[in-house]
Order: sequence, then structure tokens, then C-alpha cells
Amino acid sequence: MEKRAQFPVSWLPYALVAPQLAITIVFFIWPAAQAMWQSLLVQNAFGTNTEFVWFENFKVLFADPIYLESFKVTALFSALVAVLALGIGLVLAAACDHVLRGARAYQTLIIWPYAVAPAIAAVLWAFMFNPTVGILAYGLKSLGYDWNHMLNSGQAMALVVIASVWKQVSYNFLFFLAGLQSIPKSMIEAAAIDGAGPVKRFLTIAFPLLSPTSFFLLVVNLVYAFFDTFGVIDATTQGGPMTSTTTLVYKVYQDGFIGLDLGGSAAQSVILMTIVIALTVVQFRYIERKVQY
Amino acid sequence: MIEHRPGFIFFCHALLIASIVVVVFPLYIGFVASTHTALRMLQYPLPLLPGGEILHNYATVLGHGVEGASTAPVGRMMWNSLVMALTIAIGKIVISILSAFAIVYFRFPLKNFFFWMIFITLMLPVEVRILPTYKVVADLCLLDTYAGLSVPLIASATATFLFRQFFLTIPDELMEAARIDGASAMRFFWDVVLPLSKTNIAALFVILFIYGWNQYLWPLLVTTQEDMYTVVIGIKRMIPGGDAAVAWNLVMATSMLALAPPALVVLVMQRWFVKGLVDTEK
Repeated sequence: MEKRAQFPVSWLPYALVAPQLAITIVFFIWPAAQAMWQSLLVQNAFGTNTEFVWFENFKVLFADPIYLESFKVTALFSALVAVLALGIGLVLAAACDHVLRGARAYQTLIIWPYAVAPAIAAVLWAFMFNPTVGILAYGLKSLGYDWNHMLNSGQAMALVVIASVWKQVSYNFLFFLAGLQSIPKSMIEAAAIDGAGPVKRFLTIAFPLLSPTSFFLLVVNLVYAFFDTFGVIDATTQGGPMTSTTTLVYKVYQDGFIGLDLGGSAAQSVILMTIVIALTVVQFRYIERKVQY
Repeated sequence: MIEHRPGFIFFCHALLIASIVVVVFPLYIGFVASTHTALRMLQYPLPLLPGGEILHNYATVLGHGVEGASTAPVGRMMWNSLVMALTIAIGKIVISILSAFAIVYFRFPLKNFFFWMIFITLMLPVEVRILPTYKVVADLCLLDTYAGLSVPLIASATATFLFRQFFLTIPDELMEAARIDGASAMRFFWDVVLPLSKTNIAALFVILFIYGWNQYLWPLLVTTQEDMYTVVIGIKRMIPGGDAAVAWNLVMATSMLALAPPALVVLVMQRWFVKGLVDTEK
């Protein structure tokens, strides 16, 4: 889509896009190209000798059981976070849409965790689940259940999932609520006259009409679980115990920044880029469909 | 109201109240912990009501930081966070509104190519290009500087798209009228486009401020000096690994301080926040 009338060509438009382009090239496109190039290289331990090895780094990666394990961890973690955050967000939005009194106050109180940094959310929950001083760990112990997320890998996963979901529900809630409020009241009333109760109306009218929103939110939640939860993991479990909470992003950081394995880390970056590009394409194709819808 | 079902309404209220308890509980526990002495935090049963150390704890972390932790005082780290969040928010808005203006109101060679290049940044979050980006910033001598913390995060496809969408809805007649009156492109930008964009700018600012304040990975990479840490990464440094004793009362006081500014922004500017969130994801 373009404007009918436009200003004549001069140097001005170039000057206006220059700052944005300069930053994009220097900090986005150049490093991404570097990552792609480095993913084809192997450097020796001292960084003195570099060899071009084609796809050797990728072959090594996909033969590495720890890397394959981090795929599984990421899949499990993302699925849990997305399903729980979407499900809870939807139920709360439906409840908030249904009550008349206090809806505004509920909304305010539910959305504020959006402002909390993932790392801080994680520290708050890690404190409550801390095996020696945590109030929830203490409560669980008095029920006869030993909680120690520093030793038990299932519990470590549960902790990072809880902290991530706690923060993300607010976002989904807001979008589902907006979606529910845009459903024409006449449809709901017609169904009510036909004798459908609130739960039935939700399942047969609201839920299908929300499917574009849900699909969009699914992509957003997956991106969140993939990338934004780095802070959650780094602030609490640091990928442990063993590799039970090492997601793909955390492994890129570990191998590249702590392990200083340039080629391997770059190859992982390229794989991650492919995942993001796939998700972005899916998201934009969906947006095109929404316009027709 | 369609029908009267007090039982179901009551159930909805109960569900919402229960969820709010879960949402607020960590904040409350963190706040309670931040008002006790370190010793009290190690005794059972754990405190459920605020204690009397509130002023002392907050003054300690703000002015001195946490004993034994390698961080600067929290006051200093909050200042770093503030500078970073404001630079990111304002910088993103400025460069995005300018480039969107150029793309919508001018016809010039390579326009679509530029637009496509900006679009690509959507697909390259920091997390997928950690090492090379770090190297670029290191080569430019920007490690441990405010510019290094904020400038690489300033490019934004979403903000550019948002302004582009909005500019396309401004009636063409406004621009034609301005041109007939002899206004130059920049004059039109200042006197017409910018005032019309106020709402969008406010909404975007709220979202971007929160985004900037809550950055984690990037400050972790580019800061090595304690007095350049942001408060969000500073908290992690206060929790040493292993069995070393953690001053939980001070860590929680720091957490409360770190989450207060963005939370206040959300609560005070809720209307802009909701608008910004819904708009940027369109």
C-alpha cells in the first residue's frame, strides 16, 4: 500500500532511514553473517589457526547427545510453558469477561506481572522454593514431599516452568480478554435464548471465534519460551542439574561465551536463526489470513 | 446481563480471586522477606508478616549493596537501568518514526530494499547472534558503556511497522494541503505527523521502557565492571552458587526495587500500556 501523493525525491529520505539502517547493518546483519561464516570454520584452542570445514560443525552438533538432549529439553519446556500460559490465560479471561463487578480491578491485578523481568520472576519463585529458607519448600516438606530443585531435575524443570508461566499469563489474559470483548453480544444472546448455558456458549461460540487470537498467541508464547526465558534459567538453575534445564539458547550462551567454542556456538546460532525465521514466517502468513477473515 | 446465575458468577469471582492470590503471593513474600533481618530469614517458621527492618534494609542495598556480593550499590545499578531503558525507548521511537516517515511519504530508489532490511531484524533476536554481536561491540570499544548497553538494541522492526501502519491511515488530503501551503517535508513532519502520533508514541514508550528495563542477556554480555551492571543482572550476582549463605532479605529488597519502576509504569499508564501491547503485536 502506498500514499497517493508523496514528496519528491531528494537526499532527505536517505538521511531519514540512515540511522535505522546503520544500526541494523552494524549490529544485526553483519553479526548474523559472521555467525553463518563462522559456523563453517574450526578454530584451534589458541585462536591462531582457522580452518574452513564446510558443514563439519553441524555434523558434530547433531552427533552430540548433549545437544540433542537440549532439543528435547527445549521442546518439553516450550510446550509446557505455552500450553499452561495459554490455558490459564484463557480461563481467567473468560471468567473476567463474565463477571460485571470488579472486572477492571481484576484486570489490573492480573496484568502487572508483565512488567516483571523474567529473571526477577525466577528469583522470587526460587526464593519461595529454596530448600532451606523457602516457604513453599517448607510447606511441601511438612506434607512429606522433599523439594530441592538444585538436585532433582524434574523439580528444576517445574520451577523454571512455573516462573515463566507466572509471568506470561498476564500477556495471554490481556489478548484473550480483548478477543472476548470483541465478540458481538447479539450472538451470545441468541445462544442464550436457545437455552445454552455460559460454559456451552463459551465452548461453541467464543472459543471458535478466538482461534485466530489463540494461534497468534501460540507463536508469541513459543518465541517467549525459546528466547525470553534465558533470564529465568540463568538466574535460577543455570541449565542444571546436569543438563535438565539447558535449552537451546542457554547452550549457545554456555558453549560460546563460557566454553569459547566459536564454530560450534555459531552453528547453533544458525540453527536457532532457522527456527526464528520459520516462526516469523508462520506468524506473518497467519496475519495475512486474518485480514481476509 | 443475559441470565441470572448467581452460582456461576460466584464461581468466576472465586477463580479470579484465587488467581490474584497466586499472582500477588510471590510479591508479598518477597516484600515480607525484605523487611526482616538476615538471621530471621533462617529461622522456622518463616515470617508471614512484615518486620521492622524495612528502612535499614532498603537503605543498605541502595547505598552500599550486598555484603560479599560483587555488585555496585543498588542505587547505582538502578541508575544504569534507567539510562539504558530510557535510551532504548527514546532511541527506538526516534529512529523508527523517522524511517517510517521516509518509507511512507517518499518515493525513492531502494525504498523496498531498505524496508526489507529493517524487516529482517525481526528474525535476528540477540539470542541467536550472541558472540558475533559481542565482538562488534568490543571492536567498537563500547563494552561497559551506556552506548554499548543500549544502541545495539535500538533497531526495531516492530516500531517501524507500527508507525508505518499509522501513517498510512493519515488522510492524504493533509499532506496535499500542507504542500499547497508551501510546507517542506520536515515542516509537515513536525507540524502534522508528529502531533497526530502522540498517542502511538505514548503507548510505544510504555512497552519499550519495560522492554529496556527488563533486558537480561545483553547487559550480562557487555558489562564487566560492577558499576555498569543493570539492576536485573545485579540480582543474580547477589546469589552466589553452592552453599554460601545468601542475604535473602537484601536480595529481596533489591528485587522489589528492580521490579518497582516497570510495575508502576504499567499500573499508572495502564491505558497506554494495553494499547501499546495490542498495537505492537498486530
